[in-house]
Amino acid sequence: MTTQPATDTGISPATLTHLQRLEAESIHIMREVVANADNPVMLYSVGKDSACMLHLAKKAFYPAPPPFPLLHVDTTWKFRAMYELRDRAAEDAGMKLIVHHNPEAMEKGINPFDHGSLHTDMWKTDGLKQALTKYNFDVAFGGARRDEEKSRAKERIFSFRSANHRWDPKNQRPELWRLYNTRKAKGESIRVFPLSNWTELDIWQYIHLENIEIVPLYFSEPRPVVERDGLLIMVDDDRFPLREGEVPQMKSVRFRTLGCYPLTGAVESEASTLPEVIQEMLLTTTSERQGRAIDHDTAASMEKKKQEGYF
Amino acid sequence: MTLDTKDPVYVTDSLIAEDIDAYLLKHQHKTMLRFITCGSVDDGKSTLIGRLLYDSKMIFEDQLASLESDSKNVGTQAGEIDFALLVDGLAAEREQGITIDVAYRFFATDKRKFIVADTPGHEQYTRNMVTGASTADLAVILIDARQGVLTQTRRHSYLVNQLGIRNVVLAVNKMDLVDYSAERFYEIVSDYSHFAKQIGMDSFLPIPISGLKGDNIVTKSPNMGWFQGPTLLGHLEEAPISDARMQDHPFRMAVQWVNRPNLDFRGFAGQIGAGAVRPGDSIRVLPSGKTTKVKSIVTFDGNLDQAVAGQSVTLTFEDEIDCSRGDVIVKSDEPCEVADQFEATLVWMSEEEMLPGRPYILKIGTQSVTATVTEPKYEVNVNTMEHLASKTLGLNAIGAVNISTDRAIPFEAYDQNPDLGGFILIDRLSNATVAAGMIRFALRRSQNIHWQAVDVDRDAHAALKNQKAAVVWFTGLSGSGKSTIANIVEKKLHALGKHTFLLDGDNVRHGLNRDLGFTDADRVENIRRVGEVARLMTDAGLIVLTAFISPFRSERRMVRDLMVGGEFIEVYVDTPLEVAEERDVKGLYKKARSGQLKNFTGIDSPYEKPETAELTVNTVELSAEEAAEKVVERILKTFS
Repeated sequence: MTTQPATDTGISPATLTHLQRLEAESIHIMREVVANADNPVMLYSVGKDSACMLHLAKKAFYPAPPPFPLLHVDTTWKFRAMYELRDRAAEDAGMKLIVHHNPEAMEKGINPFDHGSLHTDMWKTDGLKQALTKYNFDVAFGGARRDEEKSRAKERIFSFRSANHRWDPKNQRPELWRLYNTRKAKGESIRVFPLSNWTELDIWQYIHLENIEIVPLYFSEPRPVVERDGLLIMVDDDRFPLREGEVPQMKSVRFRTLGCYPLTGAVESEASTLPEVIQEMLLTTTSERQGRAIDHDTAASMEKKKQEGYF
Repeated sequence: MTLDTKDPVYVTDSLIAEDIDAYLLKHQHKTMLRFITCGSVDDGKSTLIGRLLYDSKMIFEDQLASLESDSKNVGTQAGEIDFALLVDGLAAEREQGITIDVAYRFFATDKRKFIVADTPGHEQYTRNMVTGASTADLAVILIDARQGVLTQTRRHSYLVNQLGIRNVVLAVNKMDLVDYSAERFYEIVSDYSHFAKQIGMDSFLPIPISGLKGDNIVTKSPNMGWFQGPTLLGHLEEAPISDARMQDHPFRMAVQWVNRPNLDFRGFAGQIGAGAVRPGDSIRVLPSGKTTKVKSIVTFDGNLDQAVAGQSVTLTFEDEIDCSRGDVIVKSDEPCEVADQFEATLVWMSEEEMLPGRPYILKIGTQSVTATVTEPKYEVNVNTMEHLASKTLGLNAIGAVNISTDRAIPFEAYDQNPDLGGFILIDRLSNATVAAGMIRFALRRSQNIHWQAVDVDRDAHAALKNQKAAVVWFTGLSGSGKSTIANIVEKKLHALGKHTFLLDGDNVRHGLNRDLGFTDADRVENIRRVGEVARLMTDAGLIVLTAFISPFRSERRMVRDLMVGGEFIEVYVDTPLEVAEERDVKGLYKKARSGQLKNFTGIDSPYEKPETAELTVNTVELSAEEAAEKVVERILKTFS
């Protein structure tokens, strides 16, 4: 993005655009963390929000590389294209990549087909806690946004977790001006959300403007899918157990969010470029999380998951 | 409440479908406005926010469906769509039907992105509203046209004004329920003008609206042809933004982080708080006052010719001068002030009330210092604006206090530059954010009182006595044996030819601290004064023995911080409560148990055991004589 204030639009030369303001805020937040934390880490899930966050981190510390590692809490069930971009993105940024697999989930062969919500609980929720404890990280950046979901609208930018990684929505610190209170007791940790004030549209616009590389799964192309429980699921590898009568069909699809491939619904689409994706997003009428199986339970499901330590 | 949901205005910008590239180009140049809405549920705030979200297409179909089902289950509008549910988030508050926090909502038009701080709630209102207002460029104060200016309108307006928000919209809502009466509208505006003048609010913009029916929200109301002003959204799209206003100010940037990737690069990273900067500009680093020139403005996207308030950048200097996190880089010939005593307005945000004299951490800009707060000069009744006498500030209270910091800090008056005038106070033990503050001005005292340099210094005093100065701080429950042991220690030191002085709790309360009682606040002040006296005595080269219960860790810490490193020896006289109570040498425990004595340590006031005492003596295992011997050994060890 041109960090030089816009001058070609008749806007006063001094007025920063909304993306410039958001960018400056995110950079400020990241620097506050690095100045105060003992051992920070950036959670990296390979989605578009992570891509944005990583890009902002490069900007925040330039010309130094971001002074913390990337952590991917992996489930072994992500799309293949995600693994490919993950390894490359870390290398390009000059950052160390830590991949954590929950050994217990690995041993028990926990998978999204046989184990339902246990899959997310063990691989992601438990896996994240294990990794933070194992490496002794005291601050973890996450890419969550306030516009994603109702309970997140009130989440602080600096969100405190007890020694056992729980979130107490009744005991949050007020955040005033740009002053973040980063003090914590031994054993406590902080989740920091530098994208709190970005919306989905902001993220897309920024990716467009900054030419940030994202996983090609966001763009439409013919992919093998089956329809299951109302979701179009892509058959990404041969671990996918087809039910009787199910035959993968080639459909022109893309993904609005990325997670474990057997849990992530595709949408039929012809949008194969970024502007077309943005266009489709603006014209569509369902919110982003609709494509993720995890949220369909109860209205407050995300809040419960968060209290238990899910990001 | 059912919202009139005819044609939302921003649903279909035809460019989206026809020419997405043109649309994106247009939207890249949007600006961003942050605002806060003030008003209770009855004023129609949730409906107004629901209206803005809906009109700008921020409610998706699935959210609308979930809203409809929620409205039937827990709504307060008899099954009709309850827009309050759209803006209430956490499960607990949804069940109780109250919102206890600040939520941030987002919507956008062709011209701007908006972030709304939604701060409903009842008890916690002040705290939440101040939090939401601290980042707002503008405030919308809602009034129910039927009710007019109420107590809470005054409270909201007072807080908005205290937080320095200069763009205030007075939205007179529910005009549909007063027949769109111009007379009623102007009557309310006149009432409010009168009040605004009283609290020093320079200007405000009144707009008559109906959030429910959509009058004057997005489009001009055909029902109120008599009103010539802008619509609410029209005004939100045009109102000035704080960052832009700050650009006319002299340059200020608090240093967040020093970037040193290799020996050839040393950059100072921060977000510009005010003004503009160009390569070649003369700058000054405060508090040191060292000057140099800006060499370059470094960013990932290349070096810049200019950077302005609001941008996060990295500066490099022409000369290698000291500069680190917490320092403020300012325009060389227009620096900001540096001081260590201030008058400030404090908004208390913690359940635990303010303790005058207790050290708190004060965070301002990018630096944290230790600060103490005096008793309030007055507390403000936020409903009547009256000034009340007060000894402390409780949750949600606002008052004027003096603050002193342990070192001089660069700052500006809050109303000139919120970035260098707004601060938070943090409790040192719980790490909670306990208050928000706004510096009004520096106290002259701190500018005029300088340390008098003396020729015979503290080392000279001590050397003449052939000893090193120290403070031996005895702490423990009443009746634990502090005074007894301290007394024996002093005799032993005296016999060894050491110059000592014993400060005893009871004795000090007969004179120096005669005016203090036994509340938590008075205990803090008691220890502070004793600490200062002990410090002066160490400057005179004495070994000072003190015997005070000193029940709070943070005050003992404060005294420790006062002393020169290594000169503070904390001795914990460890006697279990049962034993001290059984001894009850002064008969105080009996009185406390029977309720004749309030705030008695160990009974109805806490004792916080030392975690890092230099020495612990257990009086159950050791006699007073043996304990004293150990203490003397420890003191002599310090000198060897």
